Amino acid sequence: MSPIISVANLSKTYGSGFKALKNVNLDIKRGEIFALLGPNGAGKTTLISIICGIANPSEGKVLVGGEDIQTSYRKARSLIGLVPQELHTDAFESVWATVSFSRGLFGKPKNPAHIEKVLKDLSLWDKKDNKIITLSGGMKRRVMIAKALSHEPQILFLDEPTAGVDVELRKGMWEVVRALQQSGVTIILTTHYIEEAEEMADRIGVINKGEIVLVEDKATLMQKLGKKRLTLHLQGKVATLPESLAHYELDLCDSGATLVYDYDTKGERTGITSLLSDLRNAGIRFNDLDTTQSSLEDIFVDLVRTS
Amino acid sequence: MNHRAIRAIYLFEMARTWRTLLQSIVSPVVSTSLYFVVFGAAIGSRISQVEGVSYGTFIVPGLIMLSVLTQSIANASFGIYFPKFTGTIYEILSAPISYFEIVIGYVGAAATKSIILGLIILATAGLFVPLHIHHPVWMLAFLVLTAVTFSLFGFIIGIWADGFEKLQMIPMLVVTPLTFLGGSFYSIDMLPPTWRTVALLNPVVYLISGFRWSFYEIADVSVAVSIGMTTAFLVICLAVIWWIFRTGYRLKN
Repeated sequence: MSPIISVANLSKTYGSGFKALKNVNLDIKRGEIFALLGPNGAGKTTLISIICGIANPSEGKVLVGGEDIQTSYRKARSLIGLVPQELHTDAFESVWATVSFSRGLFGKPKNPAHIEKVLKDLSLWDKKDNKIITLSGGMKRRVMIAKALSHEPQILFLDEPTAGVDVELRKGMWEVVRALQQSGVTIILTTHYIEEAEEMADRIGVINKGEIVLVEDKATLMQKLGKKRLTLHLQGKVATLPESLAHYELDLCDSGATLVYDYDTKGERTGITSLLSDLRNAGIRFNDLDTTQSSLEDIFVDLVRTS
Repeated sequence: MNHRAIRAIYLFEMARTWRTLLQSIVSPVVSTSLYFVVFGAAIGSRISQVEGVSYGTFIVPGLIMLSVLTQSIANASFGIYFPKFTGTIYEILSAPISYFEIVIGYVGAAATKSIILGLIILATAGLFVPLHIHHPVWMLAFLVLTAVTFSLFGFIIGIWADGFEKLQMIPMLVVTPLTFLGGSFYSIDMLPPTWRTVALLNPVVYLISGFRWSFYEIADVSVAVSIGMTTAFLVICLAVIWWIFRTGYRLKN
């Protein structure tokens, strides 16, 4: 199946000479949730702004639903709903009016039933007549999502959707996003919260200093780059480790009460069996053990540091 | 043509007008009434007639133009500046809408508002002085042409301005003096010859002269020149807007 968004050799240099994007190539698959991760200033928002028509590219080409964003901008943009990072709202408009305005702006005929559904899905229905200025930050964020969904887009961009949103609301937002994906909408989200990407995304792209460092299925990424950690809780405290265990690069923690071993799940041999055997030979006993998979955050930090 | 988007922008802007009715309509009407009291009654009583028309009646077209000019600029510049200021411009830029359609929406609403205002001031003036309009169609044509032209000019200012100070600067420092010196309250024939020549460099003279002609068939310059100058300014504004959108000046980085 052809990608719903295809970015080819995209570069962006600002007037100041700052290169925000360097030869970016990226395909977004239809119907997926794609998480774009990257530190501040990595180029996430610039990339989204170019795809949505807010910024001009310096070089390269972007196709949305097979339509060029510059020569066929009407068709391309009508497929997209955008929720920007900042809470840009018309303070004195009512929720209903601002969401209806967005639908009109995208050239769609009036459809009160659809607007009603969107507002109900986002728990905004009882606020429909309220002025936006009277709403809380979380509600304003949902109003912006409602605006983006008002014209029934096939693609939804969520730029830091849960920045400044409390944990409960964040989880509510995730449910909304999942429901949207089930209805066939492709979702591209940028986030600082790695747990958000880990929780939501089908695929993950990492961008750093204007370059796409990696694009991978989340599961594959976790498996490919994921390290596991074996933690042994020792029966007695150990001051120093014998020379025979040196090549395992173990860490003694908790004043010698726990022993930590990091191993690579990619490797043919994890070394666990020989470690346990060597420990027994060295007379080190333990009464409990557990293993943990390294999180996406660890992977991300590693990638950004090395890129 | 995305006519629904034009309609959405137009109605959104008009809704803003109704929401701020006091500021949009009532305040210009009050200030115009004050002009009548001061210029019409106090000063007018000492000036008998200007070219066969009583002074109070003579200043009506100038007063309407004064409000239409300043309000067209204010409405249109604020209309496009405010989304830039609040950031809601992102939605306009990411919508499937051409630049031409954006301009029709914003400038159309700003011009509509000042035309309504001009007609309200005309009606208010009718309460103070007897009025007779010789060429009502031309009067309306001048009103529409001026409202559209200066709304386009305001749109340019709104895009150019990157702060509230700049937004106020051109209307305060350039437009208001030009309007006052443009013959709103007098015929430029009353000026000494040198100043008369200087006054002819002021584009507002042509607007007011043409507009006054449509009322009383008296004009400082010929009507054809008035129409020509206004149209020329309209074309210049359109050219600047075309350039703004082509380059993304102050809109897209």
